[in-house]
Amino acid sequence: MRVVVCVKHVPDLQSERGFTADGLVDRGQGDGTLNELDENAVEAALQLVEEHGGEVCVLTLGPHDAEDAVRRGLQMGATRALHVLDAAAAGSDVFGTARVLAAAVRHLEADSGPFDLVVTGMAALDGLTSLLPAALAAELDLPQLTLATEVEVTGETVRVRRVLDHATEVLSARLPALVSVTDTSNEPRYPNFAGIMAARKRTVEVVALADLGIDPATVGTAGSRTQVLGTTPRPARENRVLIADEGDAGLRLATFLVENKLV
Amino acid sequence: MTTAPVLVLLDHTDAGVLRPAVLELLTLGRALGPVHGVWVGGELAPSPQVLGVLGAAGLVRVHTVAVGAAHPRLTPVVAQALATVVAAEGATTVLLTSSFENKEVAGRLGVLTGAGVVVDVTGLDVDGGQLVATKGVFAGTWTTRCTVRSPLAVLALKPNAAEVAPAEVATVPDLVAHDVVVHGAASRVVLVERTERAPSDRPDLGAAQVVVVGGRGTDGDFSVVEDLADALGGAVGATRVATDEGWIEQEAQIGQTGVTVSPRLYIGAGVSGAVHHRGGMQSAGTIVAVNSDPEAPIFEIADLGIVGDLFAVLPQATAEIRRLKG
Repeated sequence: MRVVVCVKHVPDLQSERGFTADGLVDRGQGDGTLNELDENAVEAALQLVEEHGGEVCVLTLGPHDAEDAVRRGLQMGATRALHVLDAAAAGSDVFGTARVLAAAVRHLEADSGPFDLVVTGMAALDGLTSLLPAALAAELDLPQLTLATEVEVTGETVRVRRVLDHATEVLSARLPALVSVTDTSNEPRYPNFAGIMAARKRTVEVVALADLGIDPATVGTAGSRTQVLGTTPRPARENRVLIADEGDAGLRLATFLVENKLV
Repeated sequence: MTTAPVLVLLDHTDAGVLRPAVLELLTLGRALGPVHGVWVGGELAPSPQVLGVLGAAGLVRVHTVAVGAAHPRLTPVVAQALATVVAAEGATTVLLTSSFENKEVAGRLGVLTGAGVVVDVTGLDVDGGQLVATKGVFAGTWTTRCTVRSPLAVLALKPNAAEVAPAEVATVPDLVAHDVVVHGAASRVVLVERTERAPSDRPDLGAAQVVVVGGRGTDGDFSVVEDLADALGGAVGATRVATDEGWIEQEAQIGQTGVTVSPRLYIGAGVSGAVHHRGGMQSAGTIVAVNSDPEAPIFEIADLGIVGDLFAVLPQATAEIRRLKG
């Protein structure tokens, strides 16, 4: 089976994250990384291909540094990588991103045949909106089986289990389909030495919006349907108190709650 | 602000009970225009009791959408139902509660209608004639204000975004039925199985005003955490470690990929405060942490930090709170 995984390069969670003057996520800090939740997507794809045969492609849209994200996918075991790199795509909202990724999936398909599965993570740890999988499935007109905690392919059918706010569901569809996986769906592998060496020999294919037939005016900041008016860092908590229990900390906790009208 | 209707998705249980967070949307919607509800229930129609609640909230109209053979719980089906009502009514705003499912609905609806979408909204206001949504980002360390540039705005709101208030004048909403034929890939997904969780005696974690959370330090014993939560009328949450260990159900996990909570009071017991967890609770009003490790990162954001044994501190606090409450 042929699987394409969409991945995103995001600012490192442990770094000081912030915004540019026009309200976009600052991606120029140099300490970016493959979105951790996309490692679960790459792992899910690799496991399916190990079971059923086939190949895994990784695909990203982002600035120069985003190449690191698909490189990481290659190190884990993907065998082909595509990077959509175009300054006009900066500031794309989820719908612009979905259109570009859909066009990139079709670009890969035109070149080497249809995919059975498109796999994504459950969210990107920068925006955390979780909107992309559903928007991408709609763009590609694929059945969507999202937030999978388990994925199983039998013959031509894919089946997932998902845990929602109020219910647990099992969904199934015939291939081709789009699946998004959660961080509990698997334990992503660390690239081993052989994987790192193999990835070095591979080239990351780079395409621009024009190569995908996308009008730059319809994506990026120009095409974004939402606009950030302002960003403010959360003020630090003042008057923080740290005490050591001397046998009465439970009473002091209760008093604190009463004084702050929380009981 | 506008005479175009504001559509509110009427989330309900499989048994047809309206989810409480919807009432907040109805309250917020009234400030924006005439409010219409959209009920996507398949065979299940809104009960007289539900219609009574909607009337008290001042709803003008309730759209009930039949979806043929498609399952009304599938998010692409709900999105198509909403798109149909948007087109029929010329709506400019759609409000939903920000659950995992509804974020999928919002994403699909954006593709179907060209709407701009903002999810996890914590506040709505009108500024200079335009609708402005507020939300926390980067693990609650930043607040952003954004606006929608396209003619239709789809906004998914987190619980506690507004205080519920009844309408000044109650209404008897009109009922309008729609039939939607689900097409394309949306019709090719099969809902094989769905198990809705039984409602708990405790408040819903995502909406609770008080949340007491157990982490690694509980070593699997959540009894003191539960006792404190019950004394405070709060919900019980957990860290990723606790849910991975199977000490408590997965749905109790608070964090960036689990439930995000924004209660008035958060109490963490044996919680270290890893960045993933902080992303799900950092916007709490007051944060209290009890941990035996004085270096635990959660103390960096705790209004009250207690270095001590949670099995001593929590029961003492619980007993005192019960005594004070009489």
